[in-house]
Amino acid sequence: MPSLIDIRRRIRSVKNTQQITKAMKMVSAAKLRRAQDRTIASRPYGALLRKVLGNVAAAIAGDEDAVENPLLARRDEKRILLVLITADKGLAGAFNTNLIKGAQRFQTERPGVEVKFVLIGRKGRDFFRKRAAIVAGEHVGLAAKLRHEDTAAIARQAMEMFRAEEIDAVYLIYNEFKSVATQTLTVARVLPAELPQQASPVDYIFEESPAEMLNELLPKYVEMEFYRALSESSASEHAARMTAMDAASSNAADMIERLTLYMNRVRQSSITKEIIEVVSGAAAAE
Amino acid sequence: MTDAAMADTLSLEVATPERELVRELVSDVQVPGKNGYMGILPGHAPLLGLLGIGTLTYVSVSDGKKRYISIHQGFLEVLEDHVRVLADVAERAEEIDVQRARAALQRAQEEGLNPALGVDPGAALLAMARAQARLEAAEQK
Repeated sequence: MPSLIDIRRRIRSVKNTQQITKAMKMVSAAKLRRAQDRTIASRPYGALLRKVLGNVAAAIAGDEDAVENPLLARRDEKRILLVLITADKGLAGAFNTNLIKGAQRFQTERPGVEVKFVLIGRKGRDFFRKRAAIVAGEHVGLAAKLRHEDTAAIARQAMEMFRAEEIDAVYLIYNEFKSVATQTLTVARVLPAELPQQASPVDYIFEESPAEMLNELLPKYVEMEFYRALSESSASEHAARMTAMDAASSNAADMIERLTLYMNRVRQSSITKEIIEVVSGAAAAE
Repeated sequence: MTDAAMADTLSLEVATPERELVRELVSDVQVPGKNGYMGILPGHAPLLGLLGIGTLTYVSVSDGKKRYISIHQGFLEVLEDHVRVLADVAERAEEIDVQRARAALQRAQEEGLNPALGVDPGAALLAMARAQARLEAAEQK
């Protein structure tokens, strides 16, 4: 039977852990709020861009030059660039594990396809750097201060590779934020780009030729997709960490309760034992 | 012309990938297009154009005041009295840090003049134009 002091020490250590997990939960909640605000703030631009792109797509429907935009080129997917967006830090439940497993599944589902990786986030980078993976780019510490220009630079690199026909498709794999409790693993193809459908074409005055317009708009669309994925991922990360830390805090509370009960029982039994010893000692002396 | 095209106000939306800056009714917009400034009034024909670097000016219907926004590239759509400006970077005149813009201008000028610094002259020129546009917008607030 462990001594009372041992159990007391154990309880104290669990309490300390609980304090840390509680604090981490609070921090994650605050960060989640900020990440959510950012995601919401970027929506108008995304919605407008899709709309305008749809209008342009309708306007150029018959235009051969414009339809032949290199970012729309469909090729057999023999070489794929997979952009894996993980977190920089752990302690977020299955957040990173799911992503890494998803990325590995992506690879095994496509035998004979060469998959190149762009690794965003420390966790994914550390995992795939140790494996025999073809890494085309590594980016760590982006999510801490998410800026459009940084994500746009990654998008431009991917588009450059796609235009140069080094790769035939670009996929993003990330956790999409559904709610605080649910984040879904999402695999989305961003290149070749898909033009949104628009029912009625608008007769625009084009300041530039439609083909040129599309040339300007499509990269912005792809850049936007990258930014959106990263901001979704960062909201998911904080939500996942918040949930994980909440579970950890309540587990710690359970453990403290059980240990306290056990400690009391140990104390009680040692008192009982002592009484028995005193009583039986007295009986023997009579 | 439809009724909408005859209205005497425009609905202006200005957004960047990171946030939405403006969503309000205006009576007049001036936009820095790629090939020079464009004035847009209610009833304008549908238009798609690219933006340059400069100051977007609009007159708000609610208080009749002129407002200024510094814009760096992007594009604009005019459709049925909606003006949608999607800029890569945009800042309201009030938000612009004049000192920082001045410092950026000076740095860009030095970089542009001194090839030893190893900065692409095109990039330096662009940075100069940006800093200048921000300063202009800030001065007009």
